[in-house]
Amino acid sequence: MGLVLGVVLRACPVEAHADAGHTPAVTKAAGSEAIPASARMEPAELAAMIRAGHAPVILQVGFTKLYTEAHIQGAIHAGPMVSTDGRVLMRETVEHMDRHALLVIYCGCCPWEKCPNIRPAFAALRKMGFTDVKAVYLPNNFGTDWVRPGYPTVTGG
Amino acid sequence: MLRAGFGRARRRASSAVCGVVLGALLLAAGPARSAQAQEQARSVVGRAAPAFALKDLHGQVERLSEYRGKVVLLNFWASWCGPCQVEMPTFARWQSQYGGKLQVVGVSMDDDASAAEAVVRKLKIDYPVVMGTAGMGNRYGGVYGLPVSFVIDAEGRVRAEYEGGNHVNEIKAEIAHLLAGSGR
Repeated sequence: MGLVLGVVLRACPVEAHADAGHTPAVTKAAGSEAIPASARMEPAELAAMIRAGHAPVILQVGFTKLYTEAHIQGAIHAGPMVSTDGRVLMRETVEHMDRHALLVIYCGCCPWEKCPNIRPAFAALRKMGFTDVKAVYLPNNFGTDWVRPGYPTVTGG
Repeated sequence: MLRAGFGRARRRASSAVCGVVLGALLLAAGPARSAQAQEQARSVVGRAAPAFALKDLHGQVERLSEYRGKVVLLNFWASWCGPCQVEMPTFARWQSQYGGKLQVVGVSMDDDASAAEAVVRKLKIDYPVVMGTAGMGNRYGGVYGLPVSFVIDAEGRVRAEYEGGNHVNEIKAEIAHLLAGSGR
């Protein structure tokens, strides 16, 4: 099921989502690079990949306490991008990763439009040479858009 | 023109087909049926507020139990959360306005206390602010995004939870309702 869903999502034009009014085609926060619609990943698509056993590398680029509370199954903490320590952690985490493999990032600390981490993380990874970076689209926050719908989550803390 | 027009039509048809297929697949593979039940199990609304004893920004230990007899507004926030900082000055005004019947307690989810201190100074917040922990967030049902606020009645029971930054009027109404009930 997960594979089928993944194939269908990839086959469908991204404009279909934007046309339907789910998300704006391009979003941008002040002072950071916009994330094009083609680089966004819907939560259901990632959840299906995880459930099918085909999870990509997933990076949480948000805050430590929020990661400790709960995170996407298999995700690595590599942030937050607003702090120097977070940026160093990001560099160290991805240093030896394949530049052409799918790399999925997410934050969800705040609504997508207000998130201080997701766009800087996307821009930093692209700058480092990663060619297939996707950002999980969490319009409200991690709880509302990932945990509450029942997608694969690890809780702790 | 014709080609462009045809292209648009084909994309719409393609989108429509994809929409139907996706809808069916998402229904099957998406949110678990038990999500609503899990949400009810998660929520602390209607239950005794989880106790805590945490240091504030001045190093003093703040205990929720100290505020029994008052309505408590417990507000989870962080320095990196823009919507949080919009509502915090309003909470500070309420603290002054409602005096001894209401206690606002801020819970910073910052990793670094100095970042929280800077915001508290900038916004002139004069209610207690403690440094939250992941464990505390989980005991309150999971604080996975900010801001999140809880209104706790004078008997220590959680009466309402508000997720996101657009609930100031609702929070105020709930507090006013509780204060009216407590004889204010």
